[in-house]
Amino acid sequence: MSALSNSNWDRRTVLRAAMGLAAAGGLAACGSNTGRGSGGGDALVQYFHAYGEAGTEQAIKRYAKAYKDANVATQWITGSNFESKLFASLLTKEAPDLFEFHPQIQLIKSGQVADLTDIVEPVKDDFNQADIASHTVDGKIYGVRMIDDPQFFFYRKSMLEKANVEVPQTLDELLEAAAKLTTDKVKGVYLGNTLQAVIRPMIWAAGADTLNDKNEPAYHTDAVVDGIKQMRKLFTSGDLLLGAPADYWDPSALVQGLTAMQFCGMWAMPVMQEALGDDLGIFPFPKVGDAGKPSVYNGGWSMFVNAKGDRVDEAKEYVKWLWIDNKEYQEDWALSYGFHIPPRTSIAESADKLKSGLPAEGVKLFNEFGHFDNIGWTQAMIKATEDVFADAVRKDADPEAALDKCDKVVNAELKKLFG
Amino acid sequence: MSTTTTRDLARPAPAKPSKAGPRRGLRGSGTFNFWLFTGPFLIGLLIFVYVPIGWSIWLSFYEARFTVTPSTFVGFDNYRFMLENDNFIGALGTFTVFAAIIVPTTWALSLGLALLVNRLRFMRAFFRSVFFLPTACSYVAASLIWKMSIFNGVRFGLANTVLGWFGVENIAWLDNPNPPWYWLVILTARLWLQSGFYMILFLAALQNIPGELYEAAAIDGAKPGWQTFRHITLPQLRATSTAVILLLLIAAYQAFDEFFNLLSKTTWGRPPLVELYYTALGDNQDYGAGSAGAVILTLLIVIVTLFQGKIMGFGRGDESK
Repeated sequence: MSALSNSNWDRRTVLRAAMGLAAAGGLAACGSNTGRGSGGGDALVQYFHAYGEAGTEQAIKRYAKAYKDANVATQWITGSNFESKLFASLLTKEAPDLFEFHPQIQLIKSGQVADLTDIVEPVKDDFNQADIASHTVDGKIYGVRMIDDPQFFFYRKSMLEKANVEVPQTLDELLEAAAKLTTDKVKGVYLGNTLQAVIRPMIWAAGADTLNDKNEPAYHTDAVVDGIKQMRKLFTSGDLLLGAPADYWDPSALVQGLTAMQFCGMWAMPVMQEALGDDLGIFPFPKVGDAGKPSVYNGGWSMFVNAKGDRVDEAKEYVKWLWIDNKEYQEDWALSYGFHIPPRTSIAESADKLKSGLPAEGVKLFNEFGHFDNIGWTQAMIKATEDVFADAVRKDADPEAALDKCDKVVNAELKKLFG
Repeated sequence: MSTTTTRDLARPAPAKPSKAGPRRGLRGSGTFNFWLFTGPFLIGLLIFVYVPIGWSIWLSFYEARFTVTPSTFVGFDNYRFMLENDNFIGALGTFTVFAAIIVPTTWALSLGLALLVNRLRFMRAFFRSVFFLPTACSYVAASLIWKMSIFNGVRFGLANTVLGWFGVENIAWLDNPNPPWYWLVILTARLWLQSGFYMILFLAALQNIPGELYEAAAIDGAKPGWQTFRHITLPQLRATSTAVILLLLIAAYQAFDEFFNLLSKTTWGRPPLVELYYTALGDNQDYGAGSAGAVILTLLIVIVTLFQGKIMGFGRGDESK
């Protein structure tokens, strides 16, 4: 190449500098993609994370279509980072009018979600009271629970019998069982590739908690440190399935025979039962240390209304119509695809599918060992404990040091939220 | 050039009307034309690049969580937070390792491919296309293929199947950071994706080297193979190599997709852009700290680029040649 003339030098330098900054500017400009196409025009927009069970997306869209007072467009958010996409979009004009999420107090403190007390109050007594409590701040109710999802271990009875292994009662026994169950084809246990699902169950099983009643950190105990050390042992033992194509919430690993035991949720029970028949049992996260107690995480999803949207009242009307009044759809949503426990007592009591066999055992674990969400335990704190597991279980950092680092983040967050 | 004379013969005498200058008004105002042609570009640049940069700098001095229109001025607190933040400093380290490996390997691999393809007597176009094709694949799609089928941790993953033939235990490529096999996954994905493109650049440069140089070298006694490559080919490729290295570095700065898609819930293996994404747009939505990080990163890039320009002489124009 040869320059056209030297007199262009100035302009070219200017442009070149501009281009350089433009390249650097990619930094500042990234994140503008909210993952949404053109909105639904005059429709209310609702966000759902992508449920794994067949028929769920169609069901949500079918309910929306049956609503006569407004068009409701559904955004079915695929991928593993629903919360990031949701939080990012809530800041923009493209924000959904209503969305599903878990109760987290920062959404209330920042005025992001609307007070739904007036629609929940009339039927409050028909809800699982723990679900009401986990959505209440200063006497106001901010979300409507759609489904409760207990999470526990599933195991192949035949494999345990063959290896002569009893159902583990402690974390130590879980490690031993995993070792005995591991063969060259099958790993002993699967906790998901990132282990994030068992963090809270392990904390509870060690007799600790996320936060105490006064909203102070309660997870930093000796029993939790011991639990983390045992988890590290399991992680490096070679008995833990890692790098499976589907994560913990998907029944594939167990169904495909990659593992003998898998931590999963009750939602996957129908698929597992269909594939494995009676060769399936469940048990809670076993206790950690002597003072511990088995635990089950009663997760789930709730509907929230975006208080900063333009159509709060219409969105509330829709939530009331579907998730308060329309029991037929609520039952369909909880029981026709995956198994979830309906938070409405009246529906749960009449749910025949949950009354016998393995589903009934699941309900028993839910009632006996279940821990519900603590609304004060926010995403930033969840993230901080995930870092603890990343550093001290997947890497070999000192658990105490990792928990100290976590304390800093959690305390800073608590200070912002509660002063 | 030899065409000059023929062109002069063929060309009609200079058009006379131009001297009369009816179109002089348009042609004369070079300034107007300059703005006419660069204006739209500059407006876009202003709105989509400079305004966000400015906004970002402004945000970096405010406490901006869950908002991009903050009101609490905090001075340099965000900068202090980012510079004391192990993860951010670690991210700069991660990037350095990444760039130090990916730039030379891609350079070598694409040059090697170009040399091979250049040697071909037949089917050259075919192989050129085959090696170039991965460039058209998206990083996200490639990451998913790498993660789900080639480097998954179970026995039926491609890599584990092959290793299994030699009796090697299954390896959890991405989930166990010890040993850091995830680097292999990330680097191979990027090598596969980008080598073809740089191969084309090298191929073009190779074909531009005059054959006379090789003839002269042969007459002077240079042995074909390494000696010729070292003393003729490589020096002739200097300009292209410099450009390729610069482009590779820029691409490495921008690395995001494969790291983001291949690694989840980690505290390692995050280059700066991924780290800033998690700070500003992840669970925290901390735009103040994120912007501060972006400004720090921009300053670093500016310094490195100026330094590199000094060393390599890139962008000094043709006078230096």
